[in-house]
Amino acid sequence: MRRLKRLFDWFDERLQLAAPIKEAATHRIPQKTASWFYVFGSAAFTLLMLQVVTGVLLALVYVPSAGEAWNSLNVLNHQVAFGWFLRAMHGWGSNFMIAVVLVHMTQVFLFGAYKYPRELTWTIGVFLLLMTFGMAFTGQVLRFDQDAYWGLGIGASIAGRVPLIGAPVVHLLLGGPIIGGATLSRFFAIHVFIIPGILLASASLHVWMVLKLGVNEWPMPGRVVRRTTYLEEYERLNAREGVPFVPAAAWKDIFFSAAVVAAVAICALVLGPYGPGGQPDPTIIQTAPKPDFFFLWLYAVLSYLPPSLETPFVLIAPIAGIAVLLALPFVSGEGEKSWHRRPVAILILVTLVTSWAVLTRLGTHTPWSPKMDAWSGGSPVPIQYTRGASPLERQGAVVFQAKQCRNCHSIGGDGGQRGPTLDTVATRLTEDQLIRQVLQGGGNMPAYGKNLSPPEVTALVSFLEILHPAGEPPAQNASQVQAGAPSNQSGAPTDATRSR
Amino acid sequence: MRESKFEDTRPTARETGDHESQREVSRRWLLVKIGVLVNSLVGMAIAIPVLKYLLSPVAPDESYKSWVSLGALEKFPIGETRLATFTNPNRRPWDGETDGVACWVRRTAANEFKVFAINCAHLGCPVRWFPQSQLFMCPCHGGVYYADGSRASGPPERGLFAYDSRIVGDQLEIKAGELATLSTSAKLVNITGAQGGRPCAG
Repeated sequence: MRRLKRLFDWFDERLQLAAPIKEAATHRIPQKTASWFYVFGSAAFTLLMLQVVTGVLLALVYVPSAGEAWNSLNVLNHQVAFGWFLRAMHGWGSNFMIAVVLVHMTQVFLFGAYKYPRELTWTIGVFLLLMTFGMAFTGQVLRFDQDAYWGLGIGASIAGRVPLIGAPVVHLLLGGPIIGGATLSRFFAIHVFIIPGILLASASLHVWMVLKLGVNEWPMPGRVVRRTTYLEEYERLNAREGVPFVPAAAWKDIFFSAAVVAAVAICALVLGPYGPGGQPDPTIIQTAPKPDFFFLWLYAVLSYLPPSLETPFVLIAPIAGIAVLLALPFVSGEGEKSWHRRPVAILILVTLVTSWAVLTRLGTHTPWSPKMDAWSGGSPVPIQYTRGASPLERQGAVVFQAKQCRNCHSIGGDGGQRGPTLDTVATRLTEDQLIRQVLQGGGNMPAYGKNLSPPEVTALVSFLEILHPAGEPPAQNASQVQAGAPSNQSGAPTDATRSR
Repeated sequence: MRESKFEDTRPTARETGDHESQREVSRRWLLVKIGVLVNSLVGMAIAIPVLKYLLSPVAPDESYKSWVSLGALEKFPIGETRLATFTNPNRRPWDGETDGVACWVRRTAANEFKVFAINCAHLGCPVRWFPQSQLFMCPCHGGVYYADGSRASGPPERGLFAYDSRIVGDQLEIKAGELATLSTSAKLVNITGAQGGRPCAG
């Protein structure tokens, strides 16, 4: 033991690290902050370290070349011992890192920890969040499969919307005129050298500031932050009830970090690595590219925005959003920290989280995408709609199926959701309205006037006319219904249609 | 540590008896300043080639494009729209399979061709042709185009991107080499008699 101590002393005499480390470890923190609410920052840092280690391990095998990347990922998955596990750890580590960083940010926001004197800590935190998103996007590109290829196409298309300098921005993003070897090489450099370097440096600075400025005290309603008095009050609080960071709070950080890493490993073991999906061959177009989980909300936003708003939105909204985040501590650097006294902050947070969750769920289901094989690979027109139908109506069902109507319209619970479900369409549209809708389109539906012959239209509309519940008559044009005349319950084609 | 939080407690020059504080013009401080100046000059000189290197992918559209053959004319029957593939003229040996590019070729008459980029005008996803309903559909956000490339519905603001094409001998050639986005290679589709019946703003 004494020999060990001598060895330690020999090193520390030269390193001079023991004293500052001890000072940092035992610095006093307000007692109530030794809480499970304060463990997310350290967990994010642990995950960053995990990503660095697993990333370096993957780089031992991965080939950052457009021609070989996909093959090397498959070799990692199938031929290198536990290569699949390390890929899975890196992939799930990335998911967990984004999640933990967002939870950390939410906690900091809720606890008012961005207020004086921690404004710059928040600013660097926002920067760290952006870098984390940057890692997620570039990492998705390095998994060089079909989704990566077309994801790059989406990135380039967004860049191409920049006014005036759109073309140079696209060229810089792709490293040339089109997605290819140069593109993967530069994304590799960004993912492996540039962003990690910035991330490590900024995260260290972030931690340094937390050590120097002290952990944010537990917010109490009525304990108002003022620039003139805050530091003194914090000192007094710490003198009264401060506890050393190690071990009072550190044990919770350590346990939570261990739990998070264990959760990553369990997810990796049970759920396995992400892809790679199909090979990155741009001539294989039978693909429906989809972003990774944390970009699904954006995918949803981009499909719901009106076309005219899209370019302003994708170019201005991110900048505005970042500006708001950066401005936050400077606009509300003083005042109440407690969430009990910050209703607007809570409202904003709830709105953001709800919107994010709804958009992400929509992004998982993509109701706006046509179901490309619904007409050929899906189920046929349900039998209850053709049983007892006239030959013309059955012919209409054939037209309905063959003209890909079903790619956008579901019937019998099967088909695309781009357009409305047609199971009860006859109760909503009269015959004339149906004809007009089919021929002229509108309301986000293409016009089929030139692609359907008049007999096809007649058959199709007579089929659509039978799509109403048994107890509910089809919609009728009130001006054409004669008083006392029997209503057209069967949906059989009228003279008007026949004469077309 | 807590005490020293916001004050610089390092001893000042005067306290340590070091008289070479920054305010005094001494030979050593002058040399330091000249050294910094020399460094910035060297840095700027090096920055020029570094910037040129970083900006090397930026070039005019035309310099990236060249005429590429899509194959013999008889591959494309009159009145039909067929998928064609070609090799990116700017390919590098390590591009692997990403050097392939797909496009849609529509032949309207013996000598009339319209070649559309595979990329949706919305966000670049690959559009698919459905001959039965004579529509191009995009799997990503549901953009739909008519057979002549004009916009039918969905989020795209304009019709499909079109390549310049020409007939050389019995070969169909297009001017290609760039990813089609709103600011690169974007061409208005011919809207005369477009089925959409509306001008395509590009």
